[in-house]
Amino acid sequence: MKRFQNLILLVLVVALAAVPLLMIKKPEPGPGGKEVEIFTGSDDQAKDVISTIDPTYKPWAKSLMTPPSGEIESLLFALQAALGAGFIGYWLGTAKTRAKYEHALKKTARC
Amino acid sequence: MHIMEGFLPAKHCVCWGVASAPFVAWGLRTINKRIKENPEQRMLLGVATAFTFVLSALKMPSVTGSCSHPTGTGMGAILFGPAAMAPIGFVVLLFQALLLAHGGLTTLGANIFSMAIVGPFAAALIFKVSRTIKLPFGVCIFLAAALGDLLTYVTTSVQLALAFPDPAGGFTASFLKFASIFAVTQVPLAISEGLLTVVVFNALKRFNPAELQEMKVVSEQEVQA
Repeated sequence: MKRFQNLILLVLVVALAAVPLLMIKKPEPGPGGKEVEIFTGSDDQAKDVISTIDPTYKPWAKSLMTPPSGEIESLLFALQAALGAGFIGYWLGTAKTRAKYEHALKKTARC
Repeated sequence: MHIMEGFLPAKHCVCWGVASAPFVAWGLRTINKRIKENPEQRMLLGVATAFTFVLSALKMPSVTGSCSHPTGTGMGAILFGPAAMAPIGFVVLLFQALLLAHGGLTTLGANIFSMAIVGPFAAALIFKVSRTIKLPFGVCIFLAAALGDLLTYVTTSVQLALAFPDPAGGFTASFLKFASIFAVTQVPLAISEGLLTVVVFNALKRFNPAELQEMKVVSEQEVQA
């Protein structure tokens, strides 16, 4: 159990993401023939709720830079994740090697 | 948990900014002191930052049919104390506000408060309490990271409800509306964040036991076990 703990945990994470993807089906287009969007961002939905609570509210500031397309946006998000993942990979690699050599060093010291 | 640019009245923006700024300054001092005294912990500070970068970039589907992202702040809060996460969250949120039009400069203070202050402080506190009542180490990590993540989104709901109280039901009705978007969507993601944080701590325990002990995250007996 202990040996496979990490593997089990990672499988659970994948399952938690996969289950909603498989479970939730796109509803039929509404009466206006408008496509119903699913899996939109919760940040955007909050924006809609604000406009139903206070229809007169006008946002008083605009983003300085908006990614020109969804593609560019996903590029930047991928970049953000890649930077982080790259560093974590570097740490895992060095830490593992360090542990291995320390172990070997202790062994030779004992002889 | 990103409140979009311009979607918080100016007065609220200023208040949350004033509330967040001292935490960022406090965090910077904590980090500087820590790195000066223990330069070998620089690597782990990098790992904590990287973890926040990765997790806050991953928009994952949830059972409510919408997408949201974890925060990744619980891990660093357990390692370096909650204050250290304020400047780290600041960097991540600034990156997203400037380049991704995600969140914003006017709402930066409010977003820092939810993601980089409430989340980490909750995580650190929950970790302490669950350690005191002697829950297994992995369970402590899981609870801290998952609940810290969830509370970040509860905070965002509170912030929006304060700014936009429902004309009929007031704060409570409005809070329930925002919470049903943010907090409910977040439940499975918070669980994912908890599980991933346990995976990282398993690796930390194996490869960096000396540092963990020095940071008083684990005791000597646990390292040897």
